[in-house]
Amino acid sequence: MKEIYLDNNATTKVDEAVFEEMCPFFCELYGNPSSMHFFGGQVQQKVDEARRRVAALLGASPDEIIFTACGTESDNAAIRSALEVFPEKRHVITSRVEHPAVLTQCRNLTQRGYRVSEIGVDSEGRLDLAELKAVLDADTAIVSLMYANNETGVIFPIEEIAAIVKAKGALFHTDAVQAVGKVPINLAASNIDMLSLSGHKLHAPKGIGVLYLRRGTPFRPFLVGGHQEKSRRAGTENTAAIIALGKACELAGRTMEIENTQVKAMRDRLQSELMARIPHARINGGAAERLPNTLNIAFEFVEGEAILLLLNELGICASSGSACTSGSLEPSHVLRAMGVPFTCAHGSIRFSLSRFTSDTEIDTVIRELPPIIAHLRQMSPFGREFLKEQG
Amino acid sequence: MWDYTPTVKEHFLNPRNVGDIPDADTVGEVGSLACGDALKLYLKLDDNKDRIVDAKFQTFGCASAIASSSALTEMVKGKTLDEALAISNQDIAEFLGGLPEEKMHCSVMGQEALEVAIAKYRGHEVKPHSHDHDHGPAYPDQEGTIVCKCFGITDVFLKKVIETNKLTTAEQVTHFTKAGGGCGGCIPRIKELIDEVMGSRQTEEPRKRPEKLSNMKKMQMIQEVLERDIRPLLWADGGDLELIDIDGPKVQVAFRKACAGCASSGHTSRVVEQKLRDLVAEDIVVEEVAA
Repeated sequence: MKEIYLDNNATTKVDEAVFEEMCPFFCELYGNPSSMHFFGGQVQQKVDEARRRVAALLGASPDEIIFTACGTESDNAAIRSALEVFPEKRHVITSRVEHPAVLTQCRNLTQRGYRVSEIGVDSEGRLDLAELKAVLDADTAIVSLMYANNETGVIFPIEEIAAIVKAKGALFHTDAVQAVGKVPINLAASNIDMLSLSGHKLHAPKGIGVLYLRRGTPFRPFLVGGHQEKSRRAGTENTAAIIALGKACELAGRTMEIENTQVKAMRDRLQSELMARIPHARINGGAAERLPNTLNIAFEFVEGEAILLLLNELGICASSGSACTSGSLEPSHVLRAMGVPFTCAHGSIRFSLSRFTSDTEIDTVIRELPPIIAHLRQMSPFGREFLKEQG
Repeated sequence: MWDYTPTVKEHFLNPRNVGDIPDADTVGEVGSLACGDALKLYLKLDDNKDRIVDAKFQTFGCASAIASSSALTEMVKGKTLDEALAISNQDIAEFLGGLPEEKMHCSVMGQEALEVAIAKYRGHEVKPHSHDHDHGPAYPDQEGTIVCKCFGITDVFLKKVIETNKLTTAEQVTHFTKAGGGCGGCIPRIKELIDEVMGSRQTEEPRKRPEKLSNMKKMQMIQEVLERDIRPLLWADGGDLELIDIDGPKVQVAFRKACAGCASSGHTSRVVEQKLRDLVAEDIVVEEVAA
């Protein structure tokens, strides 16, 4: 069975050009970039090139790019560093819809005596800027807010937020893991101090991330040891993955337009066709500004895991904010923060597309999903009550 | 991805006995939309009103909830009511070749719907929804006091599931019943229930609150209860507390370690208060003071 992969916010296919670029760095060009011989030196040059390519995509300088092992490491490093450089400040701000890479760390901080403010969102997933302004004070060490939400695709007004934070003297970090490569980012004209990205969300392999650190921003490393990454992240470089990420960023600069035209058109068609064919559905975050590739759609009276497994039978790969998929017992923290009613939170499905998605694949989902929802509703006591009311 | 057995998958993809029985002899309903799963079970009896001749179900829930319901209807058909009542949630899980532990609550939901349906048929009193929490009780027919407010689960029900399945940790209880899987505020109480059920053989005489106490004796007892009954509970979660002062019925404590600044410390002080009220004096008020 050929898969229809619509779970690109979870991870993406490595672009074949990216794979080709990284291949020689396993068995042939395996030198250590720190070595004092030509064999390592030539790898160093390729790492430098990758750094320039990543910087170019972000409008940053190469020396502002620190390679890490993943988005989670970048997030952890950013927040920990801010607390170390401002030991007297005991307040941290994040949002209720943040990725666990940030949220878990912040919640752990409360046990170490920090005040942590989690800013809420409205029913469309938009950040409450008034609340942010109200809690931000001179005691705030760092504000960490995501660029775009992984579940709903809702984009926060990051530049506006960064300016607000800057004015109060706190550091501003953004987890841009879902945004890089999909929305244009120009750090040269920005107040963002730190930004995290992850390779495998933009067609590079897993196990490579970046922490952007604005020049002049005080920093304490998370990993200490060797002098790699200008002593800001010790550990021998994952050279093949770094080189792959450089290539992926170079490609992303060229394909960003495709994301915002072709991919967006496919997402919009999937959304409008499903809404037209399936009664009692709603788009989570539909009225907010969203990533062009993400559709989070809720179906009342049915449960998400059951939908996913029936889609899975047809080779269609999506994900769900339902409780049952994750093994937790409550629907996703993002949907709960948005106040999505329980009648549909359990039946929420996320489709996330990429430039490798085809129109034929979208056609298949448009054709196959309505009967799946109808089947489950017919089996659900609430669905049946609703169908009866409808006559 | 969940590691479902082929039988679970088969019953999910081809569920048996979906639907309703218009002239059913009894219907058992458990769960709610808010909880994320619900089951409505219809039973039809033979002319002697003793043997189940037909069973149908409607389920809102995940694959294992649908498979458990389907399995249940297959298992009860042809059984007398007493034989059906002997089916445990373990039997449902075994019929399916096993369920992931996190999904055991689906088998418990099936067993519960069956029990509710039969109790209703036999005219046992069915308690109305007894509290006003938004979620509503998952098992409205259960007697007892609500322990888990998020999922509306009572102590009587929890004790039964702990006993039947020989559960020893709060995590297991969550997997089997969902209790404790929401805000987590009831986990200390769940641990107590486990101790009550599993430790009932070796526990000493239940301690009772004395009738009247001198102030001196009362202060002594408060200290004893804190040391013996409360601090070990907090240590288990990496927390601690310190007794600051006792002034008449007012007991001031400060939370330490993991409890300090913990979002649920307000809940913890209520637990401490309840324990002191149970074992020392009914009028005790616990106040949390800054460390």
